[in-house]
Amino acid sequence: MAITASEIETSLTGILARCHELSLRQHIGEDEADKVIGYFPVYFPEEIVHAAGLRPHALYGGGNRVEVRYADARIGSFVCSICRSTTELGLNGSLNGLGGFFAQPICDAAKHMAGIWGRNFPQQDPQILALPQNVNSAASVRYVYDEYQRLREILAQKIGHAITDDALRASLRVYNENRRLQRALYALKREDPARLSTVEAYLLIRAGTRFRREEHNELLRNALELLAARHIRPMDKPRVVFLGGFCEQPPLEMIETIEDVCFVVDDDLLIGQRWITEDVPEDGDPVWALAESYIQRSAASPVQFDARKRKEDVLMTMMREARAEAAIISAAKFCEPGLDDQLALSRWLDQEKIPYLVLEFEEKMTSFEQMAMQVETFAESLLFV
Amino acid sequence: MANTALPAAKADARTTGQRLVNQWLANIHSAPERGQPVAYIFVMGNAVEILRTFDFELVFPEINSLQTGVRKAAPDFLAKAEDYGFSPDVCSYVKADVGLMLSNMEHPSGTHIPKPDIAIASSLCNVYIKWAEIWERHFGVPAFVLDIPGKRFANWQPLPGTPQYGADKRWVEGQLCDLIERCEHITGKKFDPDRLAEVESNVNEMIRLWVEILKLNQQRPAPYNSMLDGLTYIGVLNAWRGTPEGVEYMRLLHDEVAGKVARGEGRVQEERFRLIFSGTPCYVNMRRMVDLFESHGGVFAASDYLTYAAGGLDSSGLFYDPSRPLESLAEVTTLASQLGLSNHFFSHQTLAQQVKEYAADGIVYHGIKSCRTVATSMADNREYVTSRYGLPTLYIESDLIDPRYWSDAQIKNRVDAFFEVLEQRTLKGGR
Repeated sequence: MAITASEIETSLTGILARCHELSLRQHIGEDEADKVIGYFPVYFPEEIVHAAGLRPHALYGGGNRVEVRYADARIGSFVCSICRSTTELGLNGSLNGLGGFFAQPICDAAKHMAGIWGRNFPQQDPQILALPQNVNSAASVRYVYDEYQRLREILAQKIGHAITDDALRASLRVYNENRRLQRALYALKREDPARLSTVEAYLLIRAGTRFRREEHNELLRNALELLAARHIRPMDKPRVVFLGGFCEQPPLEMIETIEDVCFVVDDDLLIGQRWITEDVPEDGDPVWALAESYIQRSAASPVQFDARKRKEDVLMTMMREARAEAAIISAAKFCEPGLDDQLALSRWLDQEKIPYLVLEFEEKMTSFEQMAMQVETFAESLLFV
Repeated sequence: MANTALPAAKADARTTGQRLVNQWLANIHSAPERGQPVAYIFVMGNAVEILRTFDFELVFPEINSLQTGVRKAAPDFLAKAEDYGFSPDVCSYVKADVGLMLSNMEHPSGTHIPKPDIAIASSLCNVYIKWAEIWERHFGVPAFVLDIPGKRFANWQPLPGTPQYGADKRWVEGQLCDLIERCEHITGKKFDPDRLAEVESNVNEMIRLWVEILKLNQQRPAPYNSMLDGLTYIGVLNAWRGTPEGVEYMRLLHDEVAGKVARGEGRVQEERFRLIFSGTPCYVNMRRMVDLFESHGGVFAASDYLTYAAGGLDSSGLFYDPSRPLESLAEVTTLASQLGLSNHFFSHQTLAQQVKEYAADGIVYHGIKSCRTVATSMADNREYVTSRYGLPTLYIESDLIDPRYWSDAQIKNRVDAFFEVLEQRTLKGGR
């Protein structure tokens, strides 16, 4: 018997509610204590953690649901919200169960997270995974490989035995499947945005940072099946690309506000989860394959210099492939890389006479009325001008 | 094309330093007409040694920007950049440099800053990379990003001979080879390892003297103030690093400072408190900031700024081995990064060590609105140092060159209160 539209929506609502709950989950439960490795955005080679039998845990800050009580006294007043709220989650005990903490040299504030963690939570062995800012040298892959081997060794010591190549290959297979499913979600969003909203895609992907990838793969497969059968009403909204969500995450309400009047047909939200853009080769040395993929099969962000990926070209490609007519260029407050790129892209879009809207956000925002007005005016200008 | 320094009117460090700075600016100004290639570089992780080998004239945009502050011209430059669209939350050095670009590169020092032939941004400050992207768009010159891995955690020990050290060094060396290739392409010259060895020998001598000069401030009274005189010293050190003129300056400076120590001359008439300064200066109020402390008899005997803004080579006696110049450059560049230039993130131990070495009474943290590299976690650092080591500390906040963030009355109140604490401790014999 065919499944009805109402049953599909009920099932999807159930999946999304679960994803929503998982996405907002900050506390590491006692059952997972010391078996979870936390990492600060953007990208982290989760496969190595997975192969160690541990769970990688992306730290995307506290959003607008964490009251900052301790961190203000530890961090400069001019620092972005994600650093502040992540520190708060550490200081208020939510992350006590972490068995490891890694920051990466994506920006200067992020590097300080390793120092803050080292002073306050030394038992979590906090440190920097030094992913390179130069990915254009012939020596880059070897360097990333060496740094990944260092991570492999740290985790092996933690679990008390070596992480075998076979275990790593098995993890690559799980994550390749996960990447294929994520790509399918984004393809669906690009082709048929009325069928899958950006908030929905976002929740489906973000939930994966809170449980094992095998389980996440199953969840995504179910969701994709239901989405394919979903009954949709045609809607006429301008198609836009959203940039600015590569590290600190805009509040869900902000994305909803935009989606009330626009189709967001592509974006860089949670780009670290989608950093590797193709399958990682499953034969050969698995660590080398992962390192090579970081350099050769990867996305772009304002915090990764890559001479092959001029930011203006990246945006143009996104817009062309998603058939977007406009762009929303956002940046988190106090995020220097985001703010710098916001200006560079704005000037480019001016030059190319492509409509765009500039927005600044903070994860802790709770009021969206003014933003709604801006976005509505922007959408109207796209529809009627 | 070689430059010749103007003849010295008087061979003392101060006059020589001024002459060398003027000469450097004049050389920059005239580089295009002399057909000399120009490199834009930063003070941390800049591969100066290779650029000298190819006779690049060196432009330090950080120094250009701080000079707009010293010369009280920063507000106009910052306003131009903000009118152009830069956020108030972006590094004020970057904005001053954008203001300079929008002023046809006419610097308030009277120098016309030529466009770069090469622009190098190291990863030691991520803003360097974003800054270089702005140059890419303004000048059409592709950035060369030199990724120098820093320390991964506070107790990180890069031990030569270990696989980890080998991996990091190999990475840096690979990139230096790329840089050499690009320099050869730009200048049409072939890389000369002997010339590199010569430059390295000069750097070695400069650093040997610089380490001595830093140590001389361990004497009581301290012969100079790290955050006033010291800033002049490192300006010359950066601009003339690896040159005979630089060696001569450091020698004069060393002798002058050593003479002061021998005569018992201190920077302040009655030195009452010795302090460590952490962070960057506020260049628009550089003298005022120092006065606030010196009026209480407080002198900044040391500062982490004099390590990271001077290339980090004073850390743990790092010297080049000119008999294997390129390999040695990769080694020292890696070690300087891991021992000296990436300390901002884990500086609590280094600061506590400096307190001991300089017999200091406390630490002053200067949080900089513009500079997340040095300032993001200073408050946490301060909390740790205060609770772990029981040291008196002060935290003040302003900016590198943006006078809008200098609140004189508020800062003075905090400084005065800090000295009250120091006085109380002295009375109780807690020093």
